[in-house]
Amino acid sequence: MAASEFFDEMHKPDGSVRDAYSGYQKWYGEQEKSFLKRKHRDAENAFRRTGITFNVYGEDEAEERLIPFDMVPRIITAHEWRKLTKGIEQRVSALNAFMHDLYHRQEIIRAGRVPEHLFRNNAAWLPDMVGFTPPGGVYTHIVGIDLVRTGPDEFYVLEDNARTPSGVSYMLENRETMMAMFPELFMRVPVESVSNYPRRLAKSLAACAPDCAEGRPVVAVLTPGIFNSAYFEHAFLAEQMGAELVEGRDLRVVDGRVAMRTTWGYKPIDVIYRRVDDEYLDPLSFSPDSVLGVPGIMDVYRAGRVTIANAPGTGVCDDKAIYSFMPEIVEFYTGEKPLLPNVQTWRCSDPDSLAYVLDNLSELVVKEVHGSGGYGMLIGPAASKRELSDFAAKLRAHPEGYIAQPTLALSTCPIFTNRGLAPRHLDLRPFVLVSPDKVDITPGGLTRVAMKQGSLVVNSSQGGGTKDTWVLKD
Amino acid sequence: MLGRTANSLFWMFRYLERAENTARLLDAGLRMALTRDSVSAEEEWRSVIETAGHRRGYEAKHATYTGMQAWNYMLRDKDNSASVLNTFQQIRSNAREARSAITSEVWEAVNDSWLQIKDMLARPVGEQRVGEVLTAVRRAGTLAHGAVLGSMLREEGFHFAWAGTFIERADNIARIMDIKYYLLLPSLSYVGSSMDTGQWDMVLRSVSGDSAYRWLNAGQIDARGIVNFLVLDERFPRSLAYSHAALRENLAALARIHGIEGTSNELMRESDMRLSGLSIEDVFDKGLHKFLTDFTAANSSIAQAIGQDYRFLA
Repeated sequence: MAASEFFDEMHKPDGSVRDAYSGYQKWYGEQEKSFLKRKHRDAENAFRRTGITFNVYGEDEAEERLIPFDMVPRIITAHEWRKLTKGIEQRVSALNAFMHDLYHRQEIIRAGRVPEHLFRNNAAWLPDMVGFTPPGGVYTHIVGIDLVRTGPDEFYVLEDNARTPSGVSYMLENRETMMAMFPELFMRVPVESVSNYPRRLAKSLAACAPDCAEGRPVVAVLTPGIFNSAYFEHAFLAEQMGAELVEGRDLRVVDGRVAMRTTWGYKPIDVIYRRVDDEYLDPLSFSPDSVLGVPGIMDVYRAGRVTIANAPGTGVCDDKAIYSFMPEIVEFYTGEKPLLPNVQTWRCSDPDSLAYVLDNLSELVVKEVHGSGGYGMLIGPAASKRELSDFAAKLRAHPEGYIAQPTLALSTCPIFTNRGLAPRHLDLRPFVLVSPDKVDITPGGLTRVAMKQGSLVVNSSQGGGTKDTWVLKD
Repeated sequence: MLGRTANSLFWMFRYLERAENTARLLDAGLRMALTRDSVSAEEEWRSVIETAGHRRGYEAKHATYTGMQAWNYMLRDKDNSASVLNTFQQIRSNAREARSAITSEVWEAVNDSWLQIKDMLARPVGEQRVGEVLTAVRRAGTLAHGAVLGSMLREEGFHFAWAGTFIERADNIARIMDIKYYLLLPSLSYVGSSMDTGQWDMVLRSVSGDSAYRWLNAGQIDARGIVNFLVLDERFPRSLAYSHAALRENLAALARIHGIEGTSNELMRESDMRLSGLSIEDVFDKGLHKFLTDFTAANSSIAQAIGQDYRFLA
């Protein structure tokens, strides 16, 4: 393995193996090449059979695709994980407090720590939520924090996903697949289990039930339907939680509660884990032409008779302009310095920053403030002259719509290729559950990996793959 | 369970049964065509297409009847909404809708079959491949049913799956018999004449009942015996009586679970009363065609009532 400018999580620059991977490396070295090649092929079939597919938007046919899976695990030591969880807990607690504040007294704005225009201009800001506190005071029930690594002790938060973070089914199924393919590996290397995530999710959601819930709270997963790109995950989570998988057309408001049409008649739901966006929740409050939502659900919600997870209006957290203020936000609500740093971010709305960004465009990554999924972003070093000048024009026209970040030296981890191990860039999305008295982080997460050599884009919509993520036991 | 989910389960298994019956019918046609000269073979395929109720659609596309055209039309023609390929698309899409109500074993059984069959039907099916395609389609039903029996909780979903299966089976068998009823009507012309036993065989083969029938009747083939076997013999799992009894059990189980009987149970009881103690003479007295049309009508009213009783649709 040649030394490179990037931090490789498995190999040191001299080619020796880091501690986290020593157990894996020993096992790997003992395997026949032909066996590994066969398993490499089997893995794809395993996913095709279980139906873990996603639909790609914008393709002619609503085609189901597989996300490439790489069978070399991404390994994190117990020590590293403990440090990460402290930082994540702090950040997520701050996000939740920020949401409450933003929809109530707005102390943080009064204190002059973040500017008011930041959320006033934000499409995810929901006036309906002002002055209302969701059951248990929880806004961000499920959060995915995207982390990148650049060195032994250098982890950065790249994005906060509090709208409807997806991908957790890959965390679970990647592990299942690995255990089915290499059972003996798990007997040799002690790895923290992730398989109880659905149970933890069900428990965490139930703890956020409204006061009117009787007995064991009824939880339902609300999906846009089988044509949604993440439908498989919605069905998977519902099945694993023992919850109903509902669509808008199954629901209506009955006697002041949101109720689902069962074979027994309409039955009230206490907690809705929605995987539809805010604007489709309630045609009476938002998009009148939406068939995905439930007319009147927002009235029930504001009367405190149903929990919606995540709370409407939390999409504000995903905004990349808000992101740039996260150090201030964490400090304001926790009174502590952030344990997990942000990536340096230039807000193009600021004239000086814009000038800097335009001067250095070919070295920066520029993102849409409201974008997600890797769409509409510019990766300066990989862009052609033409792309750079086109993007510069967009920036000048709408500077407030963009932020810029340095091109990060993302860490690498090897993937399996028929010619042996080859390093690829990756990131990490741990999944965080928030209930009134607890922030619960499952040891592991979704590791996304760029399958192309040298590529820094890990999004599945742009050809990225996934890996099983191991947190080692002490 | 959600009404919509119950609906998807019910239809998933109806379509599965439909695909399987289509495969059995094609299998019978294939077998007949192989044992005849080319003129009769053309007749056989006309009869298969007709039995499946595809005559109009087929003749809109083809002027002649050949095996290759016939099975490709029934297996994979894009314009044939009842083709096996389209039926499997429905099966899988209903399975996806009901994904949280079926076990992984059932899902994988259906998904595996779909991937295999989709692949097999991606291009025209020639003589060398048609046999294995039909086997794969039949096996899809066997796999899914086995997975249901071996892995699903004996709750609502289980009974909706079987109710769909037996509603569809009864419907398909009755339709096949009705289209062949002119063969099954014992008439003067037939008594004593050498009625084409190959045709009788075809009727039995269409519902995969030829070996069972021979086993029970020591090789004696006659119209009365066949009708008795296909309508009233509860030992044969593709007879009307068997399908009906199995449907009754599943509807009774649903009523037990819900603690209340609905219209579907009432209609089932009425239908039972009409069938109980019925002899084959009664069937012929009434007229086989009339009997079968009444039966299919009652069967589809029960299907309708299940949907209403259990709130399949808003």
